Amino acid sequence: MNWLISDTWTIVIGSLCAVACALPGALLVLRRMSMMGDAISHTVLPGLAIAFLLTHSRAPLAMFIGAAVIGVATAFFIQGVQKLGKTESGASMGIVFTTLFAVGLVLMRQAVDHVDIDPDCVLYGAIETAGTTWQYITLLGVTAPRAVFVNGGAMVVNLVLIALLYKEFKISAFDPALATTLGISATLMHYLLMTMTAATAVAAFESVGSILVIAMFIVPPATAYLLTDRLAVMMVLSAVFGVLAAVFGHVAAIIVPPWFGFEGTSTAGMMAVVAGLLFALVWLASPRYGVLARMYHRLVMSMHVLCEDVMGLLYRLEELTDTQPATMPVADMTQALVARAWLVRRALGSLGRQRMIRRGDLGYVLTDAGRDQARQLVRSHRLWESYLAHYLRLPADHLHDPANRLEHAHELADKVDVALGRPETDPQGKTIPSRDNQ
Amino acid sequence: MNQPTANPPRTAAADADRAVPPARMASRGVTDDQTASATPVAHTAPPTGEEHPRTAPLAIHDMTVAYDRKPVLWDVDLNVPEGQLVAIVGPNGAGKSTLIKAALNLMPMVSGQVLIYGKPYRKQRHLVGYVPQRETVDWDFPVSALDVVAMGRYGRIGWFRPVTRKHRRAALDALERVEMAQYAHRQISQLSGGQQQRVFLARALAQDAKLYFMDEPFASVDAATERAIVRVLHELKDAGRTVIVVHHDLQTVTEYFDYLILLNMRVVTHGPVDDVFTQENLRMTYGGRLTLLSEAAQLFTQQSRSPRVD
Repeated sequence: MNWLISDTWTIVIGSLCAVACALPGALLVLRRMSMMGDAISHTVLPGLAIAFLLTHSRAPLAMFIGAAVIGVATAFFIQGVQKLGKTESGASMGIVFTTLFAVGLVLMRQAVDHVDIDPDCVLYGAIETAGTTWQYITLLGVTAPRAVFVNGGAMVVNLVLIALLYKEFKISAFDPALATTLGISATLMHYLLMTMTAATAVAAFESVGSILVIAMFIVPPATAYLLTDRLAVMMVLSAVFGVLAAVFGHVAAIIVPPWFGFEGTSTAGMMAVVAGLLFALVWLASPRYGVLARMYHRLVMSMHVLCEDVMGLLYRLEELTDTQPATMPVADMTQALVARAWLVRRALGSLGRQRMIRRGDLGYVLTDAGRDQARQLVRSHRLWESYLAHYLRLPADHLHDPANRLEHAHELADKVDVALGRPETDPQGKTIPSRDNQ
Repeated sequence: MNQPTANPPRTAAADADRAVPPARMASRGVTDDQTASATPVAHTAPPTGEEHPRTAPLAIHDMTVAYDRKPVLWDVDLNVPEGQLVAIVGPNGAGKSTLIKAALNLMPMVSGQVLIYGKPYRKQRHLVGYVPQRETVDWDFPVSALDVVAMGRYGRIGWFRPVTRKHRRAALDALERVEMAQYAHRQISQLSGGQQQRVFLARALAQDAKLYFMDEPFASVDAATERAIVRVLHELKDAGRTVIVVHHDLQTVTEYFDYLILLNMRVVTHGPVDDVFTQENLRMTYGGRLTLLSEAAQLFTQQSRSPRVD
């Protein structure tokens, strides 16, 4: 791999852009307006074209203002179409931004005849070449690629605005009505956010293209949202994920394609791909809401339930056969519990380690400690059956299954006992064991 | 108690007959002749056009509000007395929430004027607290209960300034008053519906206002929360605050409130609960759904959409 100074600049530009986008992006995602970022970054194109046709120059400032103005106008139009046309917000976004984008393409054709605006560049940006020497400019005594100043500027402005107006943004996103009654106009904050989004999109557009801008607005904040339930943390994490996507995106763009026999690929595209992969990874592995975490919790829970069911089974067997300890072959046990054999074996292993059961002649038998615990369980089961029969008037054949689920809430067994007036038998006439061994 | 009657009460119909045509409605200013507005017909209602005392926490003068040119509130005219617990009661679609929102400047009025302690709302924000309906916000928003309560302080803190320790302390005190201090750092989606409502209530307390508007705070809450809300209402009353509550439960009106506003597209009547809470008034509020007023509104909507055919 041949790492050049321009590669470093590419990553710096990508990271600055990612952080700049993550801040308004987090608010867009929370306000369920993610697609507004999409809409606005598309309408940058007609903005550029109109600015060019009006000023007949490619002066950066004119371009910037033209695109930003159209970006904010997009937000206005979307609101207007939604209200006046009585369309839902998604549809009004679709109407406004496709129309404006198409107008932009038509105008661009006009402009292209005169200057070189590359349509490819519009979609994918030119982040790879943004770091080459001919793009350098010197500002405030620092010499760096122009895109660094543009994206860095957007980032600094966004950081300052969010820092200053953090609580105003927070309340108008969470409860616009209250915000407005307090004098923090939710409408004003909405259009401020739209302006930030438009300006950030314009700044990022040239170097990273419209696809990556959309990805950076939405994907890192959505990823961060999976990991936290604090707004400030979410914003910081969004920025971190954005930077990670930029760094690994560029590295991947250089090293991955050769594996498949290609030469490099679009860095901007790869950054968006990495952002998507990071989201998938977090979605799977997030400790609280992650798919794996939930599967693990479910497994732990069902193992706990199965262990209790095994003990309950042995206890009932002792009752039925009037022998202590009673035993049962593992195969029969598996059948009786309607569980998978390997799960039952694991449950038995776990109970053995807790000394609740031990090996008997044929299979496993309860230890004294195990019998005590099993009694509580059976007591809980029969109390719950009585409770359901008494309070919900469930017929006898409907009692077992719900009681089987409820019995694991043994903490409540005593309360049920009191509520029922300490019954001695359950609806089937089976003895409800007492709380303490007698 | 609120059996719908087949025919709208005669008085309500008479009321509707006198309704103002839409053309006039739009142009009607505050100074217009009062005799044109619908006169409340219930026995205890004060006559329209009464003086609006400058000290009244809330004085609404001739308010008409429309959604989409379809009027939902007609000629509301009332004064709310200070230091009372006030219930706004009426059937679904009567415009109860609309009344609050229009008073708080959250939606435009077709005509009318609202004064809070004698001045327009935007000059009196600091005196007003608001509890919106619980369903209006996204409870998955990444904030803690304490963060939400602290929002009640934002008006006091002012633009650009961060929430300081002093204000967080005040927010925590407010949470304590609704017995929610132990949940201060919970994310709000992990709270039960009743607990969420108490967080909203704590936020209103943190606003430390003189006049409160609460939109259906008792809607689908558990018994503990209902007791907490009632206790807070009484604390507020004892401190001389005025609380206006949109309420839907007729059973508890006399128990919880001092003053009653019966609303169904217009103020049917208002006054002390003991005087106003009568079978007659309730029938007038709930009976027959005021079909003529609704029909009139329907007619205006159609006229504004399609050209006249006759």
